[in-house]
Amino acid sequence: MSSQHRVDLSRPVSDEVRKTTCYMCACRCGIDVHLKDGKVRYIEGNRDHPVNKGVLCAKGSAGIMQHYAPARLRAPMLRTGPRGSGEFKEISWDEALALATDWLGSVRAHDPKKLAFFTGRDQSQSLTGFWAQQFGTPNYAAHGGFCSVNMAAAGITTIGGAFWEFGQPDWDRTKLFILFGVAEDHDSNPIKIGISKVKANGARFVSVNPVRTGYSAVADNWIGIRPGTDGLLILSLVHELLKARRIDVDYLMRYSNAPWLVIDAPGTAEHGLFARDGEGRPLVFETVTERAVPAGSKGARPALHGRFTLPDGRAVRPSFELLAAEYLDPKYAPENIAAETGLDVETIRGLAAEIGRVAFEETIEIHQPWTDVNGQRHESFVGRPVSFHAMRGISAHSNGFQTARALHMLQVLIGAIDCPGGFRYEPPYPKPVEAHPRPHGKAEHFGSNQPLSGPHLGFPLGPEDLLIDEEGRPTRIDKAFSWDAPLSAHGLMHMVIANAHAGDPYPVDVLFLYMANMAWNSSMNTAGTIRMLEEKDEATGQYRIPKIIYSDAYSSEMVAYADLVLPDTTYLERHDCISLLDRPISEPDSVNDAIRWPVVKPDRDVRPFQSVLLDLGARLKLPGFVDHRGKALYADYADYIVRHERRPGIGPLAGFRGTDGDRAGRGAANLEQIERYIENGSFFSAHIPAEALFFKHANQAYQDFAVRMGFFDKPQPVTFQLYSEILQKFRLSAEGVRAPIAPQEHRQRILASFTPLPAWYMPLEEAGVDRDEYPYHAITQRPMAMYHSWGSMNAWLRQIHTKNPLYVPGAICDAHGLKDGDWVWLISHHGRIKVEIARSNVVNRDTMWTWNAIGKRGGAWALDPKSPEARKGFLLNHLIHELLPPKGDGMRWSNSDPITGQAAWYDLRVRIEKAEPGQVSEPHLPDQRNSTATVDELRYGQEWSV
Amino acid sequence: MTSLPSLPTPKKLGLVIDLDVCVGCHACVISCKEWNTGGYGAALSDQSPYGADVSGTFLNRIHSFEVLPEGAEKIGEAGDARIVHFPKSCLHCEDAPCVTVCPTGASYKRADDGIVLVDEDMCIGCGLCAWACPYGAREMDLAAGVMKKCTLCVDRIYNETIAEIDRVPSCVRTCPANARHYGDLADPQSNVSKMVAARGGIDLMPEQGTKPVNKYLPPRPRTALAESAVPLAETSAGASGFFAWLDGMLERI
Amino acid sequence: MHPALSIIVFTTLSGMGYGLAALLGLGLFDPTALATKIGYLLALALIAGGLVSSTLHLGNPQRAWRALSQWRTSWLSREGVLAILTFIPLTICTYAAMFHDRHLVLLGLVAAALSLVTVYCTAMIYGSLKTVQLWSQPLTPVTYLLFSIASGATVGTLLALTGAAQPWLLAILAIAFTIAAWLVKHRWRTDGKALAPLSTPETATGLGSIGRVRLFERPHINDNYLTREMGFQVARKHADKLFGIAILLGGLVPSALLVVAVLAAGAMGPGLTAFLAAFLAVLSHYAGIFVERWLFFAEARHAVMNYYGH
Repeated sequence: MSSQHRVDLSRPVSDEVRKTTCYMCACRCGIDVHLKDGKVRYIEGNRDHPVNKGVLCAKGSAGIMQHYAPARLRAPMLRTGPRGSGEFKEISWDEALALATDWLGSVRAHDPKKLAFFTGRDQSQSLTGFWAQQFGTPNYAAHGGFCSVNMAAAGITTIGGAFWEFGQPDWDRTKLFILFGVAEDHDSNPIKIGISKVKANGARFVSVNPVRTGYSAVADNWIGIRPGTDGLLILSLVHELLKARRIDVDYLMRYSNAPWLVIDAPGTAEHGLFARDGEGRPLVFETVTERAVPAGSKGARPALHGRFTLPDGRAVRPSFELLAAEYLDPKYAPENIAAETGLDVETIRGLAAEIGRVAFEETIEIHQPWTDVNGQRHESFVGRPVSFHAMRGISAHSNGFQTARALHMLQVLIGAIDCPGGFRYEPPYPKPVEAHPRPHGKAEHFGSNQPLSGPHLGFPLGPEDLLIDEEGRPTRIDKAFSWDAPLSAHGLMHMVIANAHAGDPYPVDVLFLYMANMAWNSSMNTAGTIRMLEEKDEATGQYRIPKIIYSDAYSSEMVAYADLVLPDTTYLERHDCISLLDRPISEPDSVNDAIRWPVVKPDRDVRPFQSVLLDLGARLKLPGFVDHRGKALYADYADYIVRHERRPGIGPLAGFRGTDGDRAGRGAANLEQIERYIENGSFFSAHIPAEALFFKHANQAYQDFAVRMGFFDKPQPVTFQLYSEILQKFRLSAEGVRAPIAPQEHRQRILASFTPLPAWYMPLEEAGVDRDEYPYHAITQRPMAMYHSWGSMNAWLRQIHTKNPLYVPGAICDAHGLKDGDWVWLISHHGRIKVEIARSNVVNRDTMWTWNAIGKRGGAWALDPKSPEARKGFLLNHLIHELLPPKGDGMRWSNSDPITGQAAWYDLRVRIEKAEPGQVSEPHLPDQRNSTATVDELRYGQEWSV
Repeated sequence: MTSLPSLPTPKKLGLVIDLDVCVGCHACVISCKEWNTGGYGAALSDQSPYGADVSGTFLNRIHSFEVLPEGAEKIGEAGDARIVHFPKSCLHCEDAPCVTVCPTGASYKRADDGIVLVDEDMCIGCGLCAWACPYGAREMDLAAGVMKKCTLCVDRIYNETIAEIDRVPSCVRTCPANARHYGDLADPQSNVSKMVAARGGIDLMPEQGTKPVNKYLPPRPRTALAESAVPLAETSAGASGFFAWLDGMLERI
Repeated sequence: MHPALSIIVFTTLSGMGYGLAALLGLGLFDPTALATKIGYLLALALIAGGLVSSTLHLGNPQRAWRALSQWRTSWLSREGVLAILTFIPLTICTYAAMFHDRHLVLLGLVAAALSLVTVYCTAMIYGSLKTVQLWSQPLTPVTYLLFSIASGATVGTLLALTGAAQPWLLAILAIAFTIAAWLVKHRWRTDGKALAPLSTPETATGLGSIGRVRLFERPHINDNYLTREMGFQVARKHADKLFGIAILLGGLVPSALLVVAVLAAGAMGPGLTAFLAAFLAVLSHYAGIFVERWLFFAEARHAVMNYYGH
């Protein structure tokens, strides 16, 4: 060793550690932010945090570069040049807020629906939704419509929960974990931790994904399925399991609607609905006494098949009989779906056999007595250790709702919901669909200067809950909860600009967006969307969408299209709450929520958006934001977090409530609450009692706990809805036998997709184009080191994904004479892009793919316009139209799931043609003017080097 | 002194990297960068950070490889084409060629724990050590003109100002998939040594004669799903047989 | 490997300087002749110029003196030490020739020997790297030494034409070493290309037991220090053409020109034709070994590229 070289081995890392919550993606991990000389020295995962347990991903560790990125907006801005030019002048906050108040106040007084308020990567939907409701516009939603609403809506309506924020595999105990589709973008650290546990425990990990990257790379078995056919695979697994008698009959009887009686009266308004008693309780057929009794009756032994006649003469059958008959049909046999899915028969059979074997031969039993909601005592929790996870991969198809439902059905059939080793709910879920609100936004729900009469978003239980007028026309700007997309529980943000531009169903005056890059990667048909934002009404000379207010922390592509820019802070400069009222971060064993707080002070003239929204609420004198004298109720968001109560004793944060800070869930506001959170590492965690840990949907101890915590005011057990009466009601409307009757033009679509039992139908774009003309699929995968478009302004992360090639399967390369570095035209029914390719052999043979949202517009994000992101990076969005190809019926349907309106990103069909070599991917839109960073070299931390 | 320690070091501190679980998330890459850019030696600079030719100094990088077995054509089965994510940083070799080529004595291997370090005040930035390393573990920082490399977070692992549990390299501390393990590979009873023994841990490029301390655990062998596809005993055909079975099941409940 | 200009200039200029120094040290030149004095100065200048050029390659050249410390293990350090050591006898010999018109036999031999050992050390900086298989061939130092002497003799012929030495002797030496150098170089290159790769993507990753390994994605999309430094690639066809040019410029042309120069000098006395021919021979030779040295780097594949898909 060098005699004179002495290394300082015990140098203090920092002056101070401040614990807060990450926001580099939606995962919401706990972080320890080390500060030195007032600057961020180092960010690491918080070991005590329930989400990440100390680990942190690349994005989280790169928080330093996000926080100090030159792309941060610096001050409020008013547009001076034409839209898209990026020409702005900086104005004061007083001017900005006065202008916004003027625009919004006028809309609220004259016609509140002329405000469309949509939020993108919003983690404060409880506040933004409340604000929009108090404002009175029916046009509010977050971005779930183009994200994963299929998964959420299918889950809520089927099992009262879904994946990620609703539940997760029992990572510690599962013995077979099956992952469908891309999942690298959400819940990322918990899934990585989980996969490592699965591997360490010697369990099998199967990945079903057209592309084998990311998590699929470490899967024990990779099933390279053809995009959009996952539903078919799942139903084939169901077929095999039924044939092999590998279903949990006892579980189905107890927890599902399998025994519920379905009325068999074709052609009537009741056909296919559940037979109910006078109190509306569904009936089952009791086999001992041979009569129909309400479901859940003590001691009943309900029939699961048979045809019975009720005392009133109606013929009924248990829903399970319909289910079994449907899925035992040979059309679901592996050999009959192998070609469509692109899979091998033996692989499908083997997967089904493994599911059955593990569920029924590797059963787990945890000896913990518990009592179910029917009062029956059980000595143990019995687990079927097969678990699943899926997100956007199966969601973002036009058949995604039914596919997600099929997956939930599969889990129920093998008895693997909320049991040891299976899928486990995270509080406040499970929550039955009935416990969710109905959507509000009909004409009678709003009016001049008054709040909307209820929450915007929710779940219609039938067509009677749709937000439509007497002619059946949508009342919301995005046409959510209309015949177009009846169960659009998260709205259809991706349709707002197109609809507002077309004035269909009506024009808007102000478009107010928060953190949503609609002029780039968050819109289908990006160039078309940009034209809609730029287009003026010839008669008035005004923009078709007259006023756009946009809030973001960074100079995304969308900023240039705003008229008024409200600069947000970075995540280290703000208060936030990760609330149980919003998008929770609970774990199966614990109820959790968390905060962010300003661990560093802003060095720019920026304000946290939520505080700005409260300020606007007060200026507009919205109820709930001002007191009876019109004085602002809340000083800022932190004050709101502490003092706002949604129901008595229930506020944004569940922890440290009550005047002494010792109450959890329910309790009076505690003015010291934020300090208590900070002391506790910026999160709160309450353990679920041992006897309440499993079967939460039917566990009395859990239900009591949930009421105690304030999730509900009365117990809300969930009966799994294998057969969906909600969907059947829409069918009856489409058949014209039940009011409200579906308009003629909607009937065919509804009949094709609203099956009460999960079904597979061909994705709509695939069905609408010539499969020979567009023989291939093109999809995106989510890089783990980038979060959507967020990351390119980050000096460290952008080095990992500076550009994105189109990965082309070896067989397609060979067929078209293509090799690495060649350029191709990728052509869809809507458009074409010219991009550079790379060969890949680990992909479904019909599927091309690329990383999502790496391509950037020149000048945006404070990057040099000559950056690879802008020159060679590209978006598939240019190929994806927001409408489906014309079918000759005179209608252009939205490129969405017909049930939920979920944007069908992954339905894209393409063909490929070799192109001349190029330097720039096409289309290449003109650069935006922006304050491009002129930093030649970065030596972050040099002042601390030793 | 660029002579290697004359005796084997009593400790061989190093990493064990599990290729069976690394999902390629780059967490270790960035955590390494942020820890080391304000810590040991010069900052890890980035050139043209927001420009077209962005590049920077990293002490740990993840490569992704496609591995194609013979005749890998069937989609969706074990044994066919796969991706392996491959993190790579200094392997702290026992016979570290980077140390012996150093003309100034800046590069050295610590006699007590085997960590290979660069004394940056001595480094002239000739780059020869990077040439001598077959693994690409050394990168010249263009701003400082000195050679940077993994220090095994020597300023963490002995750091008495941080909690004992955190005295591991930053990359190990942050890895969400638990693919990185740190310990003493000279001690056969250490966790890392046991892991290497149990999983058949391997050396990278043994033919280079460097005797790396860090080991890689190869992907575990996999069994095809098709092997589980036992033909079903068709006890009865169609729905009627199924319902008969169901009745039997209901009797038992 | 990246063919860095500073390194090419360093090895070629210092090689030429040491070759010339060795010939001067052997006493082949008349110490009273002006050209001999110029020759000494030229040798020193070439060596010094080469060494200065090599420091341009350093990140922190101000600390270059530290490179003298690790001669026990490092060929680069040995090269530095020997370069300095060589300066001592060489400078004294230069002094003796310049101011005393004398050739110091013993010191001359020492200078010649040290010069050649220094060239050997230079070659071993590369020859000792197991990571670059092409370089780690035993013939690497032989090529460096042969080219060094050929360079020195080619320059020496030019000097000899003034009468400082026997032009035909120097020319014969130059031509002989040039031919030898190229024969060995050709063998070195052919052998090098025929070597089975010591390391492959399969051994680099340890994944060979699963299958064939191919880079799917680089760790970072743009080039980094490693790919810039070690990822240089030259197309085979292009390299073969350049090697032909190198032989032409560095072998055939200068040899022919030296013959012309000696013949012209013999026939017409050391006139303009002879000088011009010899001068052109030096230029052509240098251009040739410059290309040769460029290829020495450009054609060399570093083991680390197994991780980068090259």
